[in-house]
Amino acid sequence: MTPVDEAKKISEKELMNKRPKSTKPESNISSGDKENDLRNAELKGEGVVISYGADQAVKGVDIAFPSNKITAVIGPSGCGKSTLLRAFNRMNDFILGAKVEGSLMYKDMDLYDKNIDPVEVRLRIGMVFQKPNPFPKTIFKNIAWAPQMNGYTGDIAELVETSLKRAALWNEVSDRLHDSALGLSGGQQQRLCIARSLAMKPEVLLMDEPCSALDPVSTSHIEDLMLELKEQYTIVIVTHNMQQAARVSDYTAFMDSGNLVEFDETSTIFTNPKEQRTEDYVSGRFG
Amino acid sequence: MTEVVAATFRQKTKKSKLVEKGVRWGIFLCALASVLTTFGIIFVLAKEAIPFFREVSLVDFLFGTKWNALILPRSFGVLPLLMGTMLIVIGAGLIALPVGLASAIYLSEFASQRVRKTVKPVLEILAGIPTVVYGYFALTGITPILKSFNDEIPVFNALSASIVVAVMILPMVASLCDDALKAVPRSLRDGGYALGSTKTEVSLKIVVPAALSGIVASFVLAFSRAIGETMAVTLAAGGTPKMTLNPLESIQTMTAYIVQVATGDIEHGSISYHSLYAVGGLLFLITLAANLLSYKILKKYREEYE
Amino acid sequence: MSSPEYSSAPEFNSRLERRRAFSTIFKNSCAILSWLSIGVLGFLLVHIFSSGWEWISFDFIKNAPSRMPHKAGLFSALMGTIWIIFTTAAIAIPVGVSSALYLEEYAKKNRLNSFIEINISNLAGVPSIVYGILGLTLFVRLMKLGPSVLSGALTLSLLILPVIIIASREAIKAVPNSIRLSAFALGATQFQTVFHHVLPAAMPGIMTGVILALSRAIGETAPILMVGAVAYVSRAPHGIMDGFTALPIQIYNWAREAKVEFEGLAAGGIIVLLLVLFMMNSVAILIRNKTQKAQS
Repeated sequence: MTPVDEAKKISEKELMNKRPKSTKPESNISSGDKENDLRNAELKGEGVVISYGADQAVKGVDIAFPSNKITAVIGPSGCGKSTLLRAFNRMNDFILGAKVEGSLMYKDMDLYDKNIDPVEVRLRIGMVFQKPNPFPKTIFKNIAWAPQMNGYTGDIAELVETSLKRAALWNEVSDRLHDSALGLSGGQQQRLCIARSLAMKPEVLLMDEPCSALDPVSTSHIEDLMLELKEQYTIVIVTHNMQQAARVSDYTAFMDSGNLVEFDETSTIFTNPKEQRTEDYVSGRFG
Repeated sequence: MTEVVAATFRQKTKKSKLVEKGVRWGIFLCALASVLTTFGIIFVLAKEAIPFFREVSLVDFLFGTKWNALILPRSFGVLPLLMGTMLIVIGAGLIALPVGLASAIYLSEFASQRVRKTVKPVLEILAGIPTVVYGYFALTGITPILKSFNDEIPVFNALSASIVVAVMILPMVASLCDDALKAVPRSLRDGGYALGSTKTEVSLKIVVPAALSGIVASFVLAFSRAIGETMAVTLAAGGTPKMTLNPLESIQTMTAYIVQVATGDIEHGSISYHSLYAVGGLLFLITLAANLLSYKILKKYREEYE
Repeated sequence: MSSPEYSSAPEFNSRLERRRAFSTIFKNSCAILSWLSIGVLGFLLVHIFSSGWEWISFDFIKNAPSRMPHKAGLFSALMGTIWIIFTTAAIAIPVGVSSALYLEEYAKKNRLNSFIEINISNLAGVPSIVYGILGLTLFVRLMKLGPSVLSGALTLSLLILPVIIIASREAIKAVPNSIRLSAFALGATQFQTVFHHVLPAAMPGIMTGVILALSRAIGETAPILMVGAVAYVSRAPHGIMDGFTALPIQIYNWAREAKVEFEGLAAGGIIVLLLVLFMMNSVAILIRNKTQKAQS
């Protein structure tokens, strides 16, 4: 069974469980769908301002991430793209002095509502980080840890296996599940971190430069994986690598100095951007 | 003119070469002072303990259950002193290790910058208070409180000494554990949070296990500190060597015995006098082993992250 | 309020309420245990000041120890401590700082030097009473220095040597390498580079470490008790070969007395000792803050 089949099977199972998820029909993207995609987007921010003390890293951004699509966020270093991404699963809570203002919504949930536990937010919205960060535990425990803590009702070994298969790592590690995860290569570690997130069955996957520390082969593994995953997940990826954004994403957001300069279908951003700054950046004239 | 300059330079070079050599040797000798200290300790302990072991066999010393060194009939089984020491150490450990670790977890994982800036100096002050002050505090501050619960408790008892020894080692445990927890990369915590875990779950199940060797090393060091602690136990725990596990009794530790012999009017050269060195040697060996162990654990743990 | 059943996929039973509650309980327990140390410090200080404050007076400072509590003072102990500390400083500072300079600036990586390093970190963990045994046997008896200021100072010097070396090495390490390179580039010898440039730059850091080490030495009781308490002394020393008593010894002796008045005297002695320590630490912190400001 290929990972794609596997993924489809799981997606059917989830539908049967009546899991609340996007009602929008799967579709190949074409320019007419943009309006529709944006209208149906479930992860949205309005007037997002993020500041560290006196410095504003994000200066009032309105953005919506279309469901079941991959949205790339690009821009020069320090433009606030990672900060913006981390705001969507409240990882900025741990940065001293970080303050998030504006409205950040997922479905009908205000992510920064006083009554919302950030833990709840992160159960729905998973995240993969720039540097692979496997726990210093076995491969198996890396994946099983969070589901067990969350009272997983199914068979945990099966969950570990499916998660690893979906992250296209199973074949490489199936014979050493109980070895330390720190013995894996960088690319394998990153796929393990993705598998770890998938095991919690989030609805949105945020990826913060997931390939920046990896070699080209591992990078292409992970890009393939993203394309498979978008059937079930809304994926947002922050990347420095413009080829990567062009290869995998449906939509691209270009940010500069804390502002959202342009948001459009990826093909438009890369071939026919409306803003001069975007064109300069994607053609490599600055950044 | 040029010749003169060159000559002065040459002269200077010669002189400075001498200075250079002298300084190098001088400070090398200073650095050797610490090595000489170690040899001095070993030499003194060995030399003065030999007369003791001529009369008392090593087996009788290590496994004898009666310590009666100063009055007849003499008996030199070190177990009561060792047990008294252990009673203090275990009592202090039971209090200081959990409290120290909990403080470290709080400081490194939960506390705001402001709280850290209050608690850390307090820990430093506690660490800087002389041990004789703790001894006084145990005797006049803690024992009366214990006695208010149960008047049967003697003035000199192991429990109040344990409590102050706990207070003394607490700052060390807390600050070393804090260092170990802080050395865990933030990315590991982020990974835990992103999977939907609470702060407590991340602290207990990811950060603490990742810092375990540093935490264990701090525990071993605390153990060594508590064994060598002298004034508090001398003042508060009493002077009666006893095989007991009851912390409410009066006991004597190895260190308290050493003080008793050195400050009492024991005839210099008698076997009782030489027993001081046997006990001191045992104390030195135990703490040395503990220190080397924690050094090894720490070295391993540094390798994990570098 | 969100509906909890949507917080994670249906095959999970996250029991967030319970986990949140546990998290709160755990955090608060840790917080209480941390604040406990402040409570203990507070209790200790209140206890000591409440029983010792009334004994603090000018007479208390200038009188000699006495069998009668109301005439007793700690003049000889205070003077003994001052003598001891200056003698200790005179011995330990040059030896300690030189050791640090050797290890940081001169030592090559070889077995002898790494043995010296391991040895120093081990010495830092040797119980102070063992230094007392060493001092009593080596200085008092074998070298026949007697229970003198010099014996006590030598013993304390050995005790704080590792602390001084470790702190000085940190300070020397912090001196930027560019200073050494530029001195060498001007044709300076290693001696000139180290003693004209590196050492002055490291001096504030070394001073801070030295003062902290000396304040530890002032409070050390066990070793000095072993060395000095052999003889009963009630007058202040006039030279380094004189017998001595010191603040911690005096406190220890008072604390052991059965009469309740002596308890107050001991507390009074502790207050004086703590004040001395407090002043020394303030100086160390002052130096540290000043250099931090100058460097930033």
